[in-house]
Amino acid sequence: MNVADLTIAQLREAYLTKALTPAEAITALAGEIDRKDPAIGGYLSYDLDLALADAARADLSLPLGGVPIAIKDLINVEGHPCSCASKILAGKYTSPYDATVIRKLRAAGAIPFGRTNMDEFAMGSSNENSGIKPCYNPHDTSRIPGGSSGGSAAVVASRTAIAALGTDTGGSIRQPASHCGVVGLKPTYGRVSRYGLVAFASSLDQCGPMTRTVSDAAALLEVISGACDRDSTCLSDEVPRYSDAIGREVKGLKIGLPAEYFADGLDPQVKDRVESAVRQLESLGAEIIPVSLPNTEHAVAAYYVIATAEASANLARFDGVRYGHRAEADDLIELYKKSRAEGFGDEVKRRIILGTYVLSSGYYDAYYLRAQKVRTLIRRDFDDAFARVDLIASPVSPTPAFKMGEHHSDPLSMYLADIYTISANLAGICGISVPCGTVSVEGKDLPVGLQLLGRPMGEMDLIRAGHAYEVSSR
Amino acid sequence: MKVREVAHLARIALSDEEAVRYQEQMDQILKYVEQLNRIDVTGIEPTAHAGAVFDVVREDVATGTSLSRAAALQNAPAVSHDQFRMPKVVE
Repeated sequence: MNVADLTIAQLREAYLTKALTPAEAITALAGEIDRKDPAIGGYLSYDLDLALADAARADLSLPLGGVPIAIKDLINVEGHPCSCASKILAGKYTSPYDATVIRKLRAAGAIPFGRTNMDEFAMGSSNENSGIKPCYNPHDTSRIPGGSSGGSAAVVASRTAIAALGTDTGGSIRQPASHCGVVGLKPTYGRVSRYGLVAFASSLDQCGPMTRTVSDAAALLEVISGACDRDSTCLSDEVPRYSDAIGREVKGLKIGLPAEYFADGLDPQVKDRVESAVRQLESLGAEIIPVSLPNTEHAVAAYYVIATAEASANLARFDGVRYGHRAEADDLIELYKKSRAEGFGDEVKRRIILGTYVLSSGYYDAYYLRAQKVRTLIRRDFDDAFARVDLIASPVSPTPAFKMGEHHSDPLSMYLADIYTISANLAGICGISVPCGTVSVEGKDLPVGLQLLGRPMGEMDLIRAGHAYEVSSR
Repeated sequence: MKVREVAHLARIALSDEEAVRYQEQMDQILKYVEQLNRIDVTGIEPTAHAGAVFDVVREDVATGTSLSRAAALQNAPAVSHDQFRMPKVVE
């Protein structure tokens, strides 16, 4: 038995039948990481001793008892490094506390194991902005794994993790999941606490599961969701048993197809795979209904104003004073400017500068306020669509994983590739990427994801349809 | 946008090479973002947080769950007398 090939459900079964202990599983996983990950770059670090100490105490009666979960490197785990793949924190920061999602994982018996690579401070769609090291797509190492949760997707896909946590601000769970052929779920804004996640864009960020099956995603979501008194935007709505949606048939579900998400710019092979997945759902009994999301074309522009504005405020905390890199300087302003210049990478600097500009006096109304109004229009598009359908189906990304360096000198061209994922964050709704086949590019089979978007708090429908499709496509 | 001025506001020092490169990239991004000005948003309320909850309050009592002083200082680049040490700000 290869531990790293198991799903959460299979690992739990192996524990309960005493075929395996948590310490054995984690030791085996560490062996797989050492063997495979140097060619992938999915992990920034792991701490076997801490994990084995947790394993020795694991309570196997709990829902995730003894299950190791890889953690995106912007989520605080007490005693672990948390670098956000940035030189400003790498080697200089050890988390003094657990994020709420970690506290909830631990309460369910899970063991945080391994810190996954990412775009620096989650800014990017390819993992090429990691300030520490590159991460490669396990299906073709000349290509990007996606981002920003590229490491989390790559380790689940390359069988060096059983499951992982990622975060999604504009598609950062769903897009790498699609490119690496794993399941990634972005919860409704407020469903999962953001306390202890290093903030990128606070009104858009959500943490969610990245797994090999929809069932595993449901099991993780059930644990990490729910109220948190340290995040005032976290919703106190009761957490349903998401795993109850597993196995429910899709007959009667209404699924909308937005014309705007199948228009120019979509790779024909990707379009074909997604359309056949939709036909598959139809053959299972779902009703397919055309819908329109007319403000889609403005989503990328609104997003890059709002997200950079929020980032410029959030990243002000990295100033060389309380934690992280400090440059030598004689006065305070120079200390700030040099510490940040030395610590941040290109994309982070660009976004902070852009965000500072759109919030600056005289430009606030023209950019930030206007983008927030456009955000309202995008939300209304979804409100109108969800008055008629339960779910919306679309591609995740317009192309399969692109080559490393393909968008290197042109940040805007990379931003535009986020077109199908960004709107869900602006509208605060939930979404999932489920593998729906592969396309052949230059002799390699590259995964494609089907995106399903659901109403606010509509995760049960995502899981129900996602699982039904997953099972029928095997 | 004058990149160097805004970078100063954002407290980021730029090399000459960065200033030139970012200026070009930023102009391109801002030109793309200009499309927002073509949308009619008359009478539309801005959305700050999707489905946000408002006015979350709790009893005004200490919860006793804050970081200890030692934990708060453990990652500081320079510490003196149990405080963050900084260059002199006032002469």
